[in-house]
Amino acid sequence: MTIRITQALTEDEQAGSGRVVRVNGPLVEMDGLDQVAVLDVVEVGHAGLAAEVVSVRRGLVTAQVYEYTGGLRVGDPAIGRGHPLSARLGPGLLGGIFDGLLRPLAGRPRWLTPGSLQQSSEAKRWRFIPSMSPGSDARPGDILGTVPTPSGIDHRVLVPGGVTGRVEWVSGNDDVGEDEPVAIIDGRQVAVTELRPVRAPGPMGTRLELSEPLLTGQRVVDLLFPIAKGATAAVPGGFGTGKTVLLQQLVKWCEADVVVFVGCGERGNELVDALADLSEIEDPKTGRSLLERTVVVANTSNMPVMAREASIYTGMTVAEFYRDMGYDVVLLADSTSRWAEALREFSSRSGELPAEEGYPAGLASALAAFYERAGRVTTLGGKEGSVTAIGAVSPPGGDMTEPVTAHTERFVRCLWSLDRDLAYARHYPAVTWRRSFSRDAQVVGAWHTSGGRPEWTRARARAIALLAEADRLTPMVELVGLSGLPGRERMVLLAGRLLREAVLQQSAQSANDATCSPAKQLALLEMVLAVFDQCLALVEAGRPASEVEEFDLSDVIRVRDEVGPDDAAGVELRRDEVLASLENRV
Amino acid sequence: MTAEAEPVPLVHLEYRGVREAEGPLIVVEGVEGVGFDEFATVRLASGEVRRGLVLEVHRDVAVVQVLQGTAGIDPATVTVEFEGRPFGIPVGEGWLGRVWNGMGEPLDGGPPMLSSITRPVAGSPLNPTDRDVPRDPILTGISVIDALTTLVRGQKLPVFSSAGLPHFELAAQIAAQANVIDEPFKVVVVAMGLTHADAATMRDALEARAAAGELALFLDTADDPVVQRILAPRVALTVAEHLAFDLGQHVLVVLADMTSYCEAVREVSAARGEIPGRRAYPGYLYSDLASLYERCGRIRGSAGSVTLVPVLTMPAADITHPVPDLTGYITEGQIVLSPDVLGGDVYPPVDVLGSLSRLMRKGTGEGRTRGDHPAIAAQLVAGLARARQTRDLADLIGTAALTDTDRRYLSFADAFSSVLVAQGTAESRSLEDTLARAWLVASELPRRELTMLSAADIATYYSEGKTYPAGDTTAFDPRTERTPEDPVTETDERDGHG
Ligand SMILES: Nc1ncnc2c1ncn2[C@@H]1O[C@H](COP(=O)(O)OP(=O)(O)OP(=O)(O)O)[C@@H](O)[C@H]1O
Ligand SMILES: [Mg+2]
Repeated sequence: MTIRITQALTEDEQAGSGRVVRVNGPLVEMDGLDQVAVLDVVEVGHAGLAAEVVSVRRGLVTAQVYEYTGGLRVGDPAIGRGHPLSARLGPGLLGGIFDGLLRPLAGRPRWLTPGSLQQSSEAKRWRFIPSMSPGSDARPGDILGTVPTPSGIDHRVLVPGGVTGRVEWVSGNDDVGEDEPVAIIDGRQVAVTELRPVRAPGPMGTRLELSEPLLTGQRVVDLLFPIAKGATAAVPGGFGTGKTVLLQQLVKWCEADVVVFVGCGERGNELVDALADLSEIEDPKTGRSLLERTVVVANTSNMPVMAREASIYTGMTVAEFYRDMGYDVVLLADSTSRWAEALREFSSRSGELPAEEGYPAGLASALAAFYERAGRVTTLGGKEGSVTAIGAVSPPGGDMTEPVTAHTERFVRCLWSLDRDLAYARHYPAVTWRRSFSRDAQVVGAWHTSGGRPEWTRARARAIALLAEADRLTPMVELVGLSGLPGRERMVLLAGRLLREAVLQQSAQSANDATCSPAKQLALLEMVLAVFDQCLALVEAGRPASEVEEFDLSDVIRVRDEVGPDDAAGVELRRDEVLASLENRV
Repeated sequence: MTAEAEPVPLVHLEYRGVREAEGPLIVVEGVEGVGFDEFATVRLASGEVRRGLVLEVHRDVAVVQVLQGTAGIDPATVTVEFEGRPFGIPVGEGWLGRVWNGMGEPLDGGPPMLSSITRPVAGSPLNPTDRDVPRDPILTGISVIDALTTLVRGQKLPVFSSAGLPHFELAAQIAAQANVIDEPFKVVVVAMGLTHADAATMRDALEARAAAGELALFLDTADDPVVQRILAPRVALTVAEHLAFDLGQHVLVVLADMTSYCEAVREVSAARGEIPGRRAYPGYLYSDLASLYERCGRIRGSAGSVTLVPVLTMPAADITHPVPDLTGYITEGQIVLSPDVLGGDVYPPVDVLGSLSRLMRKGTGEGRTRGDHPAIAAQLVAGLARARQTRDLADLIGTAALTDTDRRYLSFADAFSSVLVAQGTAESRSLEDTLARAWLVASELPRRELTMLSAADIATYYSEGKTYPAGDTTAFDPRTERTPEDPVTETDERDGHG
């Protein structure tokens, strides 16, 4: 793919101007526009509202407008921009908050009226430290230089895709504007900022096998349904089941270099809350606030609907941009259902024949294409980088058979399903072990083994088996009562309860337990398994199950909150105390 | 549209005769220079004036939604005047202390609202970076809400109810009693699709507040034109935003019944022949509701706040119905009313386990309500979850099989409904009273079960075995353990026990 890097630097050529003939919400039809292609950007009306062409039929151009179209009239002008919808990428993204078209929100007026949504013209200036010198050979993806940013993360300026040749000139300037050239390669100017089309995957080298986990600090994820760097996950769940909290826990605690969070059609209050939290938490790796490794794309539910649709792609393009610098990037989208609904709203206005539940027939392939942009790759410049994509899904009525949920499940490697009953019982995170899966568990198990934790795989398998057996036994209790079950089965039920409460429950608000190191995770799980083994031994030695059930095991449950997030030794100490006290009861 | 070089002059464009009139829509032909979503005045031959909004412009055709419906419109003689701007209303404190219809016209015989400032009712999206985190409580004087689902300034917290339950009473009680300490507080109530009887109840309950000039009441009754309902909440929110963000006041907006509102949206969508979604509601209902609900919040640099309490009835008590479902996906928690949870005639019939105030964590605790508040609330909810399981088990296998602890949970659940929840429709309880009751309920459980409470709080507030008198608990003050037999009269004042 060729990226036209000069676009940002030259006057936009006008591909022709036309006039509006129809306005219906975000759908606008125009005629008289020649030389426009599908997916080209068009500016509509006197305020120059950004729009994207979705079809061209016999001279009639249909576009989706990314801003409120109130007041737009038949006869208003429309100008083709001659390039596809693109995001401006450069230093200054980290720690920032942007709208669905990646235009900074900071510094814009309090009330976002369409006129106020014009490209911010505020000029930022950067220090450019070249790492190539004139005369050397440049190929796409090579590091041309770096720009120090406040985030502590090295911003690498790469040779853009499609640009190959001899470096003719490199800037010695310490103070460059966003669009000023910093190098000339084979006659083409390169700036620290580039314009990339958002809808198509960016160029890359080759895909690599997934090999290591993306540690999230969340036990139900890391222990039961782990995700690898470069993989994909979906989080379906009805309202209030904990999608946003789980995603925000990942924004805070996952082991990524850069996090892109796309707030797609969700709440404004949640976003500011998350931003405030992020600016307070320190990143152990850089010693700076977590906000500075984060890019937030915010298109809240009251902002224009079609920009919601674009925001998913914009976020993915930002993620690829950092991946190409050789970073591990995590992209989180809350919620992909709002994106799908924007698709549906537009297709219904344009009179497209609806498929399942009114969604356009292309829904499944659009979802597949989005998740396919995740992966672990060698970049064009020969570095390793990854994009892990995680999307929340909001099924109407909690119905997991609806199209967005059903299709998404097919395309992701991990599914973390949230369950309304668990959430009602305040079991958080409400990830149900019954409807969740991970296709990365083997890879992650191998990684733990090579990291000196061979017991991880076995402990995980035991936990899953015990949870499943406890679930099978529960309806029997309702039928015959606890006392009607044999001692071993009653201990399995006890183990199920301990696994849920001591291991899987993890409050996002806990000072000690909001995140949890792999060592502490494993220690907690092994503690519960050891307690189970001991209780079972007692029962098998003739102790009545009803007595064992009355043992006060609240210390087992509380330890997760009582010791620090990395204090595996504290958990082991507790395990030994509890086991000893059980011993004394024999 | 505000652009410098407007080629079309802003004259009022007037047309006589329309091509079609059907349901809420008229189709005007031969128009020129009409903008999408602009406001129109429709004049009938009789001289009657109606309002309309442009839903679509296509070459020389404009589709206009008439807010009062098209009944009585003769396509040949009607005239339509396009105003060249969106529908706007005057804003200011003049709305307070008065009763209006859904379009902001007086219903109380007083003069129309006048002001030098007007605002489009659709509002504009708030730049998310200008939002401030909601973190201060609003007290409603209703124990179960203040204790367990605390309302926070800038929050949107709906009431989900079903037919036959006292949700309008609860909405009126919230609107009548809600307050913040020491700061200006105003209430805007929008009644949508209410029966005249419900509207009258609402009006009576709010009389004191209206007389104090703290209330703007918008009444849209069931026999009003359906489409007017689409405008009513927007008018009210525009009034509220001005009071809050320009005048620095805390404004509570109660929207009841949102199900009627959504039905109005569905009706217009059907009239336009749009592809119906779930239960025939249009696919954009989520965005439409969000354009209302997201108008609440706090803004940096402004003292005020807009807090939203939408009230809705779930058809067939089905929480997966699109109206509660989409609302739940936008709001920050929900208060669910259910006939069977508390048993008997307990008012307000709140299903505590299904209810949640997502912002409560920020709005309660030391310096906001009281240090022990979040923990005691969490403990009561956890206890109720356990009590419910115990009750289910007892129903299946009989109470004989229950342990002692199980039985304590059952009496805990009883104390919960009679001591904490049950309350009169005009009774306002202080926060101290509410929290004292909460601890009294917790004291029904053995100390070892209170794993969520700190030792210090237990030492201060817990008193195992303290009993409460049966019978009329609304006249029971837990702090003094007065019983109804004591010759003490209770007060109903807002800070009654202060
Ligand atoms: N891990 C957790 N720890 C503590 N509380 C949690 C956790 N997860 C969820 N909650 C509680 O559940 C509430 C709802 O969670 P959240 O906002 O994430 O739901 P959601 O699935 O995103 O809902 P919606 O679809 O409406 O956006 C939170 O406000 C919080 O009170
Ligand atoms: Mg959410």
